[in-house]
Formats: sequence, C-alpha cells, structure tokens
Amino acid sequence: MKRSGASRFFYNNSQLLIPLIAILLLTVFNLIRDPGFFSVGIAANNNGDPVLQGNLISILNGASELVILSMGMTLVTAAAGGQDISVGALAAIGGSVFVKVLKGGSINGLLVLAAFLACCAAAMVFGALNGSLVSFFGIQPMIATLILFTCGRSIAYWINGGATPTVASPILNAIGSFIPGIPVPTPILIVIAAGILFALLFRFTALGLYIQTVGINQGAARLNGISAKGIKLLSFILLGACCAVAGVIGVSRLGLINHETLLINIEMDAILAVAIGGNNLGGGRFKMIGSVLGAYAIQALTITLYAMKVPSTDVKAYKAVVIIILVIMGSPVVKDAAGRLWKRLFGTRRTGTAGKEAA
Amino acid sequence: MENGKKSPSSRRREPITDTQLLLTITVCIFIAMYVGAMFIWGGGFKKPQMLFDMLNDNAFLIIISCGLTIVMITGSIDISVGGVTALVAMVSVMILNGNLGLFNGMIGALGLPEESRIFFALLMSLFIGLAFGAVQGFLIAYLQIQPFIITLAGMFFARGMITIISVDPQKAPQELMDILQTRINISWLGSVNKKGVLIPARMEIGVIIALIIVILVFFLLRKRQLGRSFYAVGGNPQSALMLGINVRRTRFYAHLLSGLFSGIAGFVFMMHTGAGNATNATAAEMNAIASSIIGGTLLSGGVGNVAGTFFGVLTLSTIKSVVTTSGLRDPWWQSISTGAMLCLFILLQSLVLMHRRKGGNGK
Amino acid sequence: MQEDIVLTMRGICKYFPGVTALNRVDFTLRRGEIHALMGENGAGKSTLIKVLTGVYPMDAGEIRVDGIENPIVIHSPQEAAGFGISTVYQEITLCPNLTVAENMFIGRSPKKSVNWKSMEKRAGEILENLGIPARPKQQLGRCSIAVQQMVAIARAVDTDCKVLILDEPTSSLDDREVEMLFGLMRELKARGVGIIFVTHFLEQVYAVSDRITVLRNGELVGEYEVEKLPQVALVEKMIGKDLEDLSSIQKSEVQAASETGDLYEAKGLSSSEAEAFDFHIAKGEVNGFTGLLGSGRSESVRAIFGADPVTGGAIRVNGKAVKITKPLDAMKNGIGYLPEDRKRDGIIADLSVRDNIILALQVIKGMRHPLSRAQAEAFADEYIKALSIKTASPDTPIRSLSGGNQQKVILARWLLTHPQYLILDEPTRGIDVGTKTEIQKLVLKLSEEGMGITFISSEIEEMLRTCSRLIVMRDRHIAGELTGEELSQEQVMRTIAGGGE
Repeated sequence: MKRSGASRFFYNNSQLLIPLIAILLLTVFNLIRDPGFFSVGIAANNNGDPVLQGNLISILNGASELVILSMGMTLVTAAAGGQDISVGALAAIGGSVFVKVLKGGSINGLLVLAAFLACCAAAMVFGALNGSLVSFFGIQPMIATLILFTCGRSIAYWINGGATPTVASPILNAIGSFIPGIPVPTPILIVIAAGILFALLFRFTALGLYIQTVGINQGAARLNGISAKGIKLLSFILLGACCAVAGVIGVSRLGLINHETLLINIEMDAILAVAIGGNNLGGGRFKMIGSVLGAYAIQALTITLYAMKVPSTDVKAYKAVVIIILVIMGSPVVKDAAGRLWKRLFGTRRTGTAGKEAA
Repeated sequence: MENGKKSPSSRRREPITDTQLLLTITVCIFIAMYVGAMFIWGGGFKKPQMLFDMLNDNAFLIIISCGLTIVMITGSIDISVGGVTALVAMVSVMILNGNLGLFNGMIGALGLPEESRIFFALLMSLFIGLAFGAVQGFLIAYLQIQPFIITLAGMFFARGMITIISVDPQKAPQELMDILQTRINISWLGSVNKKGVLIPARMEIGVIIALIIVILVFFLLRKRQLGRSFYAVGGNPQSALMLGINVRRTRFYAHLLSGLFSGIAGFVFMMHTGAGNATNATAAEMNAIASSIIGGTLLSGGVGNVAGTFFGVLTLSTIKSVVTTSGLRDPWWQSISTGAMLCLFILLQSLVLMHRRKGGNGK
Repeated sequence: MQEDIVLTMRGICKYFPGVTALNRVDFTLRRGEIHALMGENGAGKSTLIKVLTGVYPMDAGEIRVDGIENPIVIHSPQEAAGFGISTVYQEITLCPNLTVAENMFIGRSPKKSVNWKSMEKRAGEILENLGIPARPKQQLGRCSIAVQQMVAIARAVDTDCKVLILDEPTSSLDDREVEMLFGLMRELKARGVGIIFVTHFLEQVYAVSDRITVLRNGELVGEYEVEKLPQVALVEKMIGKDLEDLSSIQKSEVQAASETGDLYEAKGLSSSEAEAFDFHIAKGEVNGFTGLLGSGRSESVRAIFGADPVTGGAIRVNGKAVKITKPLDAMKNGIGYLPEDRKRDGIIADLSVRDNIILALQVIKGMRHPLSRAQAEAFADEYIKALSIKTASPDTPIRSLSGGNQQKVILARWLLTHPQYLILDEPTRGIDVGTKTEIQKLVLKLSEEGMGITFISSEIEEMLRTCSRLIVMRDRHIAGELTGEELSQEQVMRTIAGGGE
C-alpha cells in the first residue's frame, strides 16, 4: 500500500493528535467566551520598557519551566520506561546552589554565569545519582527518584542554611522577566534556546536513535553494541540539566529561593505533559514536540480556568477531569471499541441487507 | 556434564520467601533503631507513650499504607490516597459542624440528634472512598489506562474538590470531637511524672481502627483466595491468567480496597485533628509508598506484606523522632535522614533480591 | 484395542495467510503411552498442539476424546482442561512468588478462603506420590526450573487429566533434571495418562517414548513404534529431502583454509552459555554449525560475537590478537551477527525500517557521528532495493512487515556495516521459500566477494548447499567436522545421531 505524502505525515505524527485537539478545543472555547482572549498588546512595564502582554503571552511564559522539564522527562521516560518524580526537588536544589553562589559576591555577569554552571553541575550530579540507581541497581525509576523526592527540598533548604534568601539584580530580572529592549519575556526565549539545543543534540548526535532502541528492546540494543545502562544514565543527567535551567528561571522570576514552593508539584505536570503528548510511559518511541505541546496544553488549561475566575486552588479538580477525558480517549480498549462501533455503524451499510439480516 | 549446579538440601527448615525475608529485615532494623534510641537518648524513648504517640499521629497513614500495599502487590500504584484522605477529612468535618447543607436538612427533618452527624460523616467517608476506588479501579483494570496517570488525576480531583467545597479551614464542634477523641487509657503502661502522678498511656480510637484494618488485611492477604490472587497477579499476570485467575477483577478489587481505606483514613484523620484544611495529609501518598517499600513491598509487584508496612510506618516515624531527639534540630535533617534511610532500604532490597535471583532461575 | 485410545485427531488442517501450517494431519494417542511428536522448525508441531489446546481454531478435521460421544470443539486452554487435556509449556506459566502448594491449587477452588494446612497436606501427598522433590511451603521461584516444570505437571494431572501435553519440557534442564522428569513421566504413564511429548532431543525420545509421530512441512510423515525406527531413520524422516526449487544454487568454489590464513580464529572460547571450543574461518569461506536445536550451536556463535558474557579464550582476527567480550568489540572488528530469535533479539519493533537498517552502522560510527537524514535515506533505499524488501515505505515500523522481510532488514543492517565476517543464525527460519532461496544466493555471492560467513540452519540440505565445512554439534560439544567428500546428508545425520548407533 502506497501512502500519499500527506497521509504519511499524519500517520507518523498521529500521536500529536491528542495535544493538538486539546489546544484547539481550548482555543475555540476561549474565543467563543471572549473573542479578544488571545489579543496581544504592548504595554510599558515597571522599567518603562515596552513589553508584550496578553493571555497568549502569559500561557507561553508561564509554561516555560514545565516545557523544559517535560523535554528532559521525555528522554528519561523513553529510555528507562519510567518517570522521575524528583524533578521539582532537583530544581529546588539547583535554584539553591544558584542563589548560594550569587550570595557569595557582588552580582555581575560573570558571577551569574558561574552560579548557573554550579547549579547545572549540582543538578546533574543528583540526576546521575538517580540514573545510577536505575541503570546499575535495576531499581524502578519512580522508586529510585522517590528518595530525592522525599529529601531533595530539604537538601535545598540546608544549602542555604535554613534561610530563604532573596537576591536582587537587574541581571536576574533580565532572566526572569524581560531583557531591556526586548518585548518578549526571557523565559520564552530560554525555552526556544533549549528547544534549539535539543534539536541540535538530536541533529548532531544519534542520541534519539539510541534512546528509542534502548527503550524498545534493551536486549537487542545490547546485541547491536549499545550500552543500555549508559544511555539510561545519560538521560537522567540530561534531565538534571533541564531541572537546573527550570530552577534558575523559577528563582529569577521571584528573586528568591523558597525551597518549599519553588516549582511545587511540577513533577506531576511534567509526567502528564509527556503522557498527553502521546508518548508511551512504558518507554520506547518518543516525540519531544508532543511533550512540549502537552505542556502548553496544560498551561493553557490553567490560564483558561484562571480567566474564568476559578480560584487557583480549585484548578486541580478541573484539570483532573480534562486529563481523565483525554486518557480515556487514548485508552487502547476504548479505541478498539470505538473502531468496532465505527465498523458496525458504517461498515455494515456497505455490505447491504446481508449484514442487516445477520444482525 | 558433572556441574554441581544443584545442591540437594535436605534441611528441615524451609528457606524463607522473598516476602518474609524483606519483612524480617524491616522488623530487625526497626527494633534495632528503637532499642538503640532507648539506650542512647533514653528519655522519651523509654516511655511507652512515645510509641503510642507515634501510633496516634500515624493511624491514618497506617490505614492508607495498607491499601497501597495491596495495590503495590498487584503491581499497580495509587497516588490518590493522600488527596482522598484530605477530601474525606474535609467533608466529614463539614458534616459535623453543619456547613454542608444537605445533611443539616436531613438531620432536621428526621429529628435526629446532633450525634447522628458522626454516623453520617462516617457513611459519607466510606462512600467517597469507595467511589474513588471504583472509578479508578474501573479505568485501570477494564480500560487498561496507566494507573499512575489515573490516580494522579484522582489526586488532583480530590485536592481541587477540597477548596471547591470550602476555601476556609473548617473546625469540628468541640462536643462532637469530645466523643470522637475518646482516648483509651492503659494505666499499666503509664509513667510517673515529676510530681509522682501516674499518667496513663493514651491511645486513640483511630489506632484501634488502624490495627483492626492491619489484621483484616493480613488475613485477607494470607487466607483468602482474593488475597492470594493479588500476589499471583503481581507476580506474573500472564501466568495468573493461565492459572484461571480473573486478572481484571483482581486489579479492580485492589483499587477498590485502596479507595475504601483512603476513605476510612480520612475519617480517622479527622478524628485525630478535628480540622478540615486544604493542606491536610500533604504528601501522604509518598509517605505511604515509602512505608510500604521500607516494609518490604516491591513496586514491581508480587512481593509484600502488610505487617511490614505497619513497621514501615513506625520506622519512618522513629527516624523522625530520633533525628529530633539527637539534637539535629534543623528542620531539614528529618527528611534528609528519611531520604537516606529510604535509599539504604531500597539498595539493600535490590542487592538482596539480586543475590537471591542469581541462584534462582536466572532472569 | 480401540478402548485404549484416549485421543484421536483426524484430517486436521490449519491455514495461515499464505501458509499451510497443517495439512490433513492425523494423530492418535493411547492410554498410558508416551508419544513423541517430532519435526524440525516449521514442521507444524506447535501448531498441532495449539489446535489441540484451543489456542488456534482448526480449519478442518475432527478431534475425539475418550468418553465423549461426539467430536469436540475446543475454544480455549481452559475448555481443553475441561475435556481432560492439560498442557505444560516450555516457559513456566506459574507464579514464581507464590509457594509450590499455592501454584498447584490457586484459581481452582470455588471456595473463597484458603486453608493452608489442608492445601499443603494435599500438595505434599501429590508431590510425594509423584516423587517430585519439592516441598509444599517452598517458594516456587527458589526451585530449579526442572522442579518448577514438575510442579506444573503435578498441577495439570491433579485435575482429571487424560491427555498431558509436554511442550519442549527439557530444553533448559541438565541431564540429571531430565532424568528426574522422565521418572515422573513414567510414573504418570503407569497411571494411564496419555502423554504427548514434544521435543527436539533424539536421545530423550528414545529414552522415554513408546511411539513417535513425525511431521514435516505441516504434513504427517508417519507414526512409528520406537523400536522399529532407528535414530538415523528418524533424522532422515524429520529432515526429508525437499530440494525442488532450491537446486539451482551452486556451491561456491572457494575452498576452506586458503593460504591467506584465518580471518578469525578462536582457541578455547567459552561463554556463560557455551562450553570451550576451538574455531576458525578463512576469508571467503562459508562454514556452518549444525546439530539439532539445543545442541549448543547457537550458543557457540553467540560466544564468537560476545553476545553472552565471554568467560575465556584467545581470539585472533586477521592474525592479530584482539579482545572480544561484548558485541561492540566484535562489531568494531568487522563481525556481524544475525540472531536466531528475530523478534526478541533482532528487530527494534517500533522503529522504522530505515532506523532498523542503519542501526548497526550508526553504532559503529559512534553516537557523536550521526548519519544525516539524506545518508540514512540513501542507505535504506539502496538496501530495500538490493534485497527487494517489501515495505510500504522506509518509515513503516518494522513490526508491520512479514517475517521474511523483517529478516532481510536485519540482514541489510549488517551488510551495511560491510563486515568481513558475518554470522547468520537461522536466517531462513520461518520465512517463505522464495526468500530462503534469495538469502542462500546472497550468502554465496558475499563469500565470493571475500566475506567469511558462518551459517546455521536446522535444515541440513540448506547447509550442505551453502557450506564448504560443517561443524557438527551434539550435547553442547563439537561432535565432528565435515569437509569435502564427507559433506553428505547421510554422514551429517550419522554424526548428529551419534556415530550411527
């Protein structure tokens, strides 16, 4: 059977259907409710610079940390067939290291760079710790990362000696909100940069192929000369780096590190983004763009609910309903049943009376 | 071909099963820790009340851990338990203090005494728990959706419902709480205070409920076909199917029980605190998972024991007490040492099982 | 005599798309006999078993069981058990985390509670009765595979069982364990159970069976009493002589051991699965490992590739001493390996045909030097064309291809790395005749180009057509090496069967 180019495209990207439908529905819903919902305006911020404003911008901006984490989570899910539930804690550790280094001197560009590097190093070391438990001890990812989930935020607290220090600097402002002269929120730019980095990584290394091979068939991967353990470890280290970036964005937004609240519960949303993006939580094939779309869909839902004056604490309940509807739609059992129903409704018509009499 | 692969052991005693081995490790570590603490720090640890306080504070955790142990034995997971507990606590407090209109009308119309609110609260707790369990169980067992995602949604839903019902923290009326917080005094385990007055050891009703559930689950897992099916399904679902077990129904029941226990735990939590609050039982699901793991239940399924879980809860809470008593008063030490302990247990289990597997049937 | 028959299958047919798996096969089982069902891969043994246990519906034929008037129709293994037909599979279908006693009784009792005492007592009685060295309270996973196998048998026969099917029960057992299992089989036989014994070990058939039914290519060859069928004759009947459309292939003229020296040489090579052996291959040579399934032929070539942990041996490639302990080492030394179990070890099911083709080359190049999309596409197109792989597009996931085409993809994967030495373990298993011929021709063409090839097949004809040297394995040891004049079917069979007993 020869497929046309267009139908092949849809076949290859069918997993993006669910997040795209979710985003589309939210868009239509919002436009009906408020035709001007997505209008983007320019306003002056506190510093008097013109910046972009509007619901669309706040969705894109607010989703930044989640998008970056879901990119890393996609890799871990694909390679290890499990999820890392310690990403929020890792981001808190990274953020604490970041602030700790910044507190060590007068803040200038060089120090911020050093702080960022230290933050990355710390998060990647802890990521490697998770990864070693998974690859060398054969512990399930969720259990292995439960350890840091339990104590990661306390480690973050301990790093800053039990304080929640604030740091203020125009450089941090530039990272967390706007670079003077550029109207687009910096976190959006960071997400774009991260996206480009991952694109380059997949373009200039064969990592994608390796990860999928390990996730699909570990034994065959070995017989083709791929070190499954090494790949799993690497995916956790990369996720660590993502956590560091997310942590830095989170800290820079507020200008302080609060180990208790920084990116709290984000691990759940990140896993959700991966699942909504059509990626198999059991590992194997992945499409990072799916997770990114999933993350934006989650954020769009959140912002929509806020716009409908739903209190922030109630948002979870509505989110849950949407998630359940989405996963039921994606359930293999439901898909099969729907397929059979489709056949019975539209398949019998073609066979004509014979089918009717049999029924 | 004379490889000495097999060594016919004619020993009388049966080598212990994986489940028993992990349980033994847990119990030994718990006792060693507790006795060690007694000798090193004495004081609080020497008083039986210390143990009872742990039980009083953690009764609800013991109950949800029981449910989670069952779910984990079948190779599934339920992370909605904390959320359901908190939701149930909130709902039952509001039934007690009359902020939930529906029940006020009913009690008024039937002319029932105020105390009947306790009955309705309990009924509602069981209902909410069962409803969560049934819906999640159906979606997981019959629609084959990933348990993690479904129960995550369950957690979100429960936590979100709490604030939808009431944004403000709620308090149960004192006169009803007096009934609920009836304590059982055990004078022979009491201790004499500085003034020479005997203070009996006190235990709350919730602890009794928790202990009853532990015992019931123990017998369920040991003596009932359903309990053994949990193990079979967790050990190897394909084989279980071949052995004539209804795998889907077994999975459904596991989640149903977990939901039911979360409901009961919510009621017990309310009995202990008398308050409904959005942040009730925060991270209880992870504490319950940690307790089950420390108690020797494997997330991969098929291995686990509710007695171990009980000691798992106690071990976790002992670690916390030890850390505070030992002078590490900085707030972060508690969870850092919990994490370290968890790490130790997980590594130990993985090494022990790896070693045992080597001698067994290979992969 | 008629009353002695417990099971009759008449004219059983089973068709799969494009393949006739069973063509009018008859099978008769008597009370208290051990009946071996023999045949090489693809002969239809397992299809027949699956029809009998209700895993597959049959397309024609009838099955009768003693005590039931009419022919029966079986829809599921549970239903088969209801008719008194129980099966014990090669892979243990018990729960390793439960005790022995539980595994014997779980899922069978209508009662809701478990009475451990009576269950363990009952289990103890049955185990002792059958002489199974397991204790009821023991955790099943802690027993040896043999004992687990026997527990499964005990469970099967405890229900009212007339027909017991043992599907390759001995393939992972050592000699002593096999003997234990045989003891149990004889015990059951004495009780009047009819046993269908599926195996590929000739010695075992002769040690324990009363009758042998041989299948070949989905057809019945015949039913024989074991005394009247010498071992060599059995091998001949199993393997047959179906050369029809394959005769066009001419064996390569390249002879072994040219002066250029050995391409690959191993002394005392052993792995966790294979006993130490010596082996060498020259440039342009096609040689083969033969022997029945389980004789150690696959394990030996896996050791060459480093697929199982290598435990010892000195290896030279092109005369230079090298270390090959893991697949990547072998790949870097220009060795390729097409695994025996295509589904488990070969294909990366969810990946596209293109990714499956470039995988090995990519790994050799290293992670930091990815093939560009254009390169990958060019390579994939080239090999899809060269091997005429039938696929909708290079983007199609490999799992949706037919077995033969999947095999060609794996072959393409290794050819793309331009190996100097290629190991093909059962490359023609379970694929259609046309593809078989293509693959054989390809092997000879490659060897003419100077590639050394080791070829494994359970079809001896195929090996004789392609190989200039055959290494015959029996009982995990090299039983003989045949070259030149000795390369005749009869000689090979005699060596396989053990010096023509």
